[in-house]
Amino acid sequence: MAVLTIARAIATALAEEMERDPTVVVLGEEVAAAGGTYGATQGLYDRFGKERVIDTPISEGMIVAAAVGASMNGLRPVAEIMGINFAFLAMDMIINHAAKMRSMFGGQFSCPLVIRTTSGGGRQLAATHSQTFEHLFAHFPGLKVVAPSNAADAKGLLKSAIRSDDPVLFVEQATMYSERSEVPDDREFLLPLGKSDVKREGRHVTVVAYSKMVGLSLRAAAKLAEEGIECQVIDLRSLRPLDLEPVYESFKQTNRCVVVEESYRTYGVGAEVAARLYEDCFDYVDAPIQRVAQKEVPLPYAANLERYALPSVDDIIRAVKETLK
Amino acid sequence: MDKTEMLELYKQMVVIRLFEEKCEELYQKGKIGGFMHLYIGQEATGVGAVSARRPQDNVITGYRDHGIAIACGMTARAAMAEMLGKATGCCKGKGGSMHLADKNLRYWGGHAIVGAQIALAAGLAWADKYRGSDAVTLCFFGDGATNIGYFHEALNWAAVYKLPVVFICENNKYGMWTPIEKVSAVTALRQKACAYNIPSDVADGMDLLDVRSKTEVAIAHCRAGNGPYFLEVLTYRYRGHSMGDQRPYRTQEEIKKWQAEDPIGKFEDVMLKAGIPPAEIDKVDEEAKAIVLDAVQFAEQSPFPDNEEIWTDIYAED
Repeated sequence: MAVLTIARAIATALAEEMERDPTVVVLGEEVAAAGGTYGATQGLYDRFGKERVIDTPISEGMIVAAAVGASMNGLRPVAEIMGINFAFLAMDMIINHAAKMRSMFGGQFSCPLVIRTTSGGGRQLAATHSQTFEHLFAHFPGLKVVAPSNAADAKGLLKSAIRSDDPVLFVEQATMYSERSEVPDDREFLLPLGKSDVKREGRHVTVVAYSKMVGLSLRAAAKLAEEGIECQVIDLRSLRPLDLEPVYESFKQTNRCVVVEESYRTYGVGAEVAARLYEDCFDYVDAPIQRVAQKEVPLPYAANLERYALPSVDDIIRAVKETLK
Repeated sequence: MDKTEMLELYKQMVVIRLFEEKCEELYQKGKIGGFMHLYIGQEATGVGAVSARRPQDNVITGYRDHGIAIACGMTARAAMAEMLGKATGCCKGKGGSMHLADKNLRYWGGHAIVGAQIALAAGLAWADKYRGSDAVTLCFFGDGATNIGYFHEALNWAAVYKLPVVFICENNKYGMWTPIEKVSAVTALRQKACAYNIPSDVADGMDLLDVRSKTEVAIAHCRAGNGPYFLEVLTYRYRGHSMGDQRPYRTQEEIKKWQAEDPIGKFEDVMLKAGIPPAEIDKVDEEAKAIVLDAVQFAEQSPFPDNEEIWTDIYAED
C-alpha cells in the first residue's frame, strides 16, 4: 500500500490501464504536456507519447464526440472535461449519443469510454464554475455515473470504468485532489461499478452520501459518536446503477436516514433515496428522512457566502439529531 | 465504369426510389410511425459517393438515411422491417426510419440530432488512423447542418489532427422549410471549409458519375494522409423535409425544374449512350420492383419485438 493523493491515484490508474491495453487513450484540454489542470494525468504524456495522450482544442462537444466515435470503432478513450460546468456544452453528445448508442441501434454499437470531470464548489469560482450536477446525468439509462470519495476508491473505480464496455461519467470533486489515503498497489485492484460501500458502521442513524460528502459525513459521525450517537455511513460510489441494498439493510435497523449531497435538494439524490426508502421500507420509517444539501441559490463568490451556501458538518449533525427527536 | 457496375448502381438508385415510394404509402396507412425523411431526388449523391468507397471505409449520415443505408449494402428487407418497427429490422425495431445502421457494413447510422454525425465521423476516423488503417470516413450531412456548432468544431478538429474524413454536404437548398440563403452567411457552403484550411470541390448531385469521380478524388486525398476533404453536392429533395410537409415554401416550377434533371433518368441516358440495351435496363427495373415488394412482404410478416425486449441492449451486460 502506498499513500497517494487522489490526483496521483487517478494518474496511476490511467497509467496501469494504458500499459495493459493499447486501445486506452487519453484526451482533453491540457492533459498532455501540462499533465492536467489538476495533475491527474501527470507523467502520461512522457510515458505514452502524443498518439495516446492528446491535448485538444477547447471544444467540449467535440472532445466527447471524438471519444464516442472512436469508442464505437474500437478504442477506449478517457476524455477529460476540465469542469462539469463545461459538460453542458457536451450534454447532447453524452446524453443523446453516448447513452443511447447501444440501445437505439439494437445493440450493434458500444461506447466503452470514460468521461472524467470535476464537480463541486468551495474554491470561490462563483456560480458558473462551482456546480454539482452529476445526478442530472444519472437520470439517463445507458450511462454509468461514478463519483469516488477517496484515493483508493478513485483508483479502483476508474480502472473498472475504463474496462467497462459502457460509457461512464467519472466525477471527481475539485477540492479533493490533494487528499491522501492508502491505495492498494495491486494492478488488478478493481472496485465494482454500481455497488455502494459502508464506510462506517453504526446502529442509530443511516447516513447516505457520495463523493466529498462522505468525508463530511464521517467527520459528523465521529463527533456524534462522542455523544453516543452511532451513524452508519454509506458511500453510494455510483449514482447509476444505484445500489440501495446496503441502505435498506441499514435502515431496517436504524429506521432513520439522512442523505447528504453537495447539490440542491430539489429533484436531487436525496429526493431519490428518500422516495425509494418510503416506497420499499415504509414499515421501517420512524422519522422523516432528512436531506442535507446546498442552499438553493447560484453559488456566490465571497468566501463566507460560499461557505454558508454549501453543506457543512454541522448541517449533517443537525439533520441526524432531527431524525432522533 | 464498366456496364455491369453501371447496371448495379442504377439498380441501387431504383431500389431506393421504389423503396421510399413504398414507405410513403405505408406511412400514410399508419404502418410506419415517427418522423420520416425521404431521399427521393438525392439518390445519385448517396449511391455515387458510396460506390467510391472500399470495404474498410466508414459511412455515417443524418436522419435522411434510407438511401445511404441501401447504398452501403443494407438489404431492403432489414431496412423495411426497421421502418415498420419489427424485430427483424436492422436495429431490432428500436431505431426506426432515422436510425438505420449496420455495423458489419461499416455503416454507422442514421443520427438524427442535426450535425452530430459530423462530430462522430471525426471520432471514427481517429480510431482508424490510430490503428494504422488506411480507412477513410465518408460523412454525409445537409446544408442546414453547416450552421450548427458541431460542424465547425468537427471541421477544425479533423483539420488539426489530419483525420481522413470526406465531409459530404448534400446541399438540397432547404433546412427543413427555410431556404439556405436566408440562414447561412455564405451560400456556396464549401466556402466554410476554407476557414479550416480544408480543400473542397463541388459536384452535380443529379449526375451520379460526377459525384462518383469527385468522391474518388476526395477519398484519394484522405487515404494519402493529407487530412480531411470537403465535397459540396448540389442536389434537391423532391418531397418535403419530412412526411406531412406540404411544401408551400417552394414553387411547382422549382420542383419541376429539378425533376427534369432527375438523377435516375439522367443515368439511364448515360447507360443507353454506353450501349446498354434497353431490355437490360427494363430487367433491372423489374428486379428492383421485386426486391422492394419482397421487402414489404418480409417486413409485414415479421413479428413486432417482444415487450420484454425493452430491457435489453441498454448496458453491455444486458
